[in-house]
Amino acid sequence: MASGTVAVVRVAPRASRGLWGDAWRRLLRNRPALLGFVFIGVFVGTAVFAPLLAPHDPGALYPPPPDASSGATGPYPPRPEHLMGQDLQGRDEFTRVVYGARISLLVGLGSVIFGVIIGGFVGAIAGAAGGRADNVLMRVVDVLLAIPGILLAIGIVAWLDRGLPQITIAVAVTNAPIFARLLRGGLLAIRESDYVLAARSVGVPTRRLLLRHMLPNSLTPIIVAATLALATAIIDVAGLGFLGLGPPDPRTPEWGTMLTDSTKFLRAAPYLIFFPGLAIVISAVGFNLLGDGLRESLDPRLKK
Amino acid sequence: MSGQTWADGAAIEPIEASASLVRANGGAGRVLLRAEHVVKHFPIRGGLLGVTTIGAVRAVDDVSFEVRRGETLGLVGESGCGKTTLGKVILRLIPATSGQVYVDDRPLFDLNATQLKEARRDLQVVFQDPYASLNPRMTVGEIVGEGPLVHGLTDKAKREELVRELLAKVGLNQSHIHRYPHEFSGGQRQRIGIARALALNPEFIVCDEPVSALDVSIQSQVLNLLDDLQQELGLTYLFIAHNLAVVEHISDRVGVMYLGKLVELADVDPLYAAPKHPYTVALLSAVPEPDPRRRKKRLVLKGDVPSPAAPPEGCRFNTRCWLREQLGNPERCETEEPVFRDVGAGHLVACHFSEEVTPQAIASAAERQLPVIGA
Repeated sequence: MASGTVAVVRVAPRASRGLWGDAWRRLLRNRPALLGFVFIGVFVGTAVFAPLLAPHDPGALYPPPPDASSGATGPYPPRPEHLMGQDLQGRDEFTRVVYGARISLLVGLGSVIFGVIIGGFVGAIAGAAGGRADNVLMRVVDVLLAIPGILLAIGIVAWLDRGLPQITIAVAVTNAPIFARLLRGGLLAIRESDYVLAARSVGVPTRRLLLRHMLPNSLTPIIVAATLALATAIIDVAGLGFLGLGPPDPRTPEWGTMLTDSTKFLRAAPYLIFFPGLAIVISAVGFNLLGDGLRESLDPRLKK
Repeated sequence: MSGQTWADGAAIEPIEASASLVRANGGAGRVLLRAEHVVKHFPIRGGLLGVTTIGAVRAVDDVSFEVRRGETLGLVGESGCGKTTLGKVILRLIPATSGQVYVDDRPLFDLNATQLKEARRDLQVVFQDPYASLNPRMTVGEIVGEGPLVHGLTDKAKREELVRELLAKVGLNQSHIHRYPHEFSGGQRQRIGIARALALNPEFIVCDEPVSALDVSIQSQVLNLLDDLQQELGLTYLFIAHNLAVVEHISDRVGVMYLGKLVELADVDPLYAAPKHPYTVALLSAVPEPDPRRRKKRLVLKGDVPSPAAPPEGCRFNTRCWLREQLGNPERCETEEPVFRDVGAGHLVACHFSEEVTPQAIASAAERQLPVIGA
């Protein structure tokens, strides 16, 4: 550069990112979380595009392979027309696994959303009101948390009768106490924080204080817990199905129910166990990986 | 009380030189805020369900004082003596157990929600920790502009203009308005906190250790900023700190707290030159001497501060008082709580024997404390 010239370096104004933006960038650098995204993508994609992916009807009975001895019953092993084989009734296993993703996603997501709403509501009241209300609500939460989740879900399904909505409610109720406790703890910690006091001192009304200052800053543990809860919800739903508390209509392709129907043929037809089992693992592991990744990227203490 | 309103949409310059001049001259010396017998006890809960009150931390115990318009009242004391709690209670940021605070003769603790919101415009606070006092999920513009917004300045463009003015006033780059708190240094964050406090054009600001979390090099900048703003806007400060040198520099009058009580309150010069309470004497003797050749006698207090959940009977300082020891442990210190009395020219002291606090007494007390480092 010739002497006397001044290099003018134009620095593009750096876009200002909020905490959410920062967290998102950290998440995209997290390899396990990306793998989780892939698994979840497969799971959700399968559920959404089930009619396009599945070659057959999940409820229909299909004939045995031509080389089967007459009078033989299912299950039949995989072949080109039925990639994952056929179950006892001759239904296409691949189609049922694909449609099963819909059930799992619907019930899993539904129960977590419902659980976050109930738990969040209870936690917000306890955390914002404090005092006696807090005490009473938290003792109820303690009682619910003391009962093993799957046992509680079994009890609720037994009480409400079998069915997908009932399963959703049962799994939601088992999850809700965790969210209630998390949100309450977050709110209590923030209630007396300096920035909330500062907002109060400029006259911010209670409603806005709660919505703009307290809730956004106590949401991160809820987001992480909800993602991890999706994994357990999927397992819980399958578990209820496995225990015979799945949807009452036997034609419903529910992974847990499919497993329990196939246990009798564990030796003869391991493929009937393997594929629904793999589906459960992929979806549950996906949400677990994402949840762990979220925990790391949202926690400012782990910030580099 | 400024009667301006933004609700009607009329843009009123929130910071007006003429108005502050009127404040600074016309209202100087009159009482702006009067705290009467303010008490704040934090209950200690116990029992099976955690609902039974088994005791109380007496963080602030019957404190009365006045803050005059335009002055800076310093408030010093050791950690845990209740000065921060007192600052929050007199702004009604946390509810008082009992007592009353009058702002311009209006009882702050009795105001309803609407009146309180209006009153808050005049009463602001700057906190100690610049990392904890800004909502991490809001931009600087949102943080500083929130007060004006909730007080009716809904016009976005006007609000942004106001925020930019405020940022300039506290020495921040106006273009940083859309940035988030974590993108700033500690000193810059403290300036953001000051801008937020100024946004409602207040009369009174509680500065709760505003510089003790900052680097020493930044401290003086922020102190000078506070000083300049006070000159310019006619502000009144309650300046809470444990750094005695900082308090001496910035205050007109100084109050000394010990275990939830105000033990001495006087103009800054008489207090630093001739303290009348044995605790203040000890506190001041702990100020480091910058000149290493000048040896200084220090009065080192024995023991720890007693628990505020079970403060000593009588005078709260009696367990650590050097004067009491020198006087042969008079019984009165343990049985009778000293009255906060005027010992001349508005110098208030809570000690039965403050007349005995003489340079000779201090010197002989320091002599007896051997070995003393540097003595």
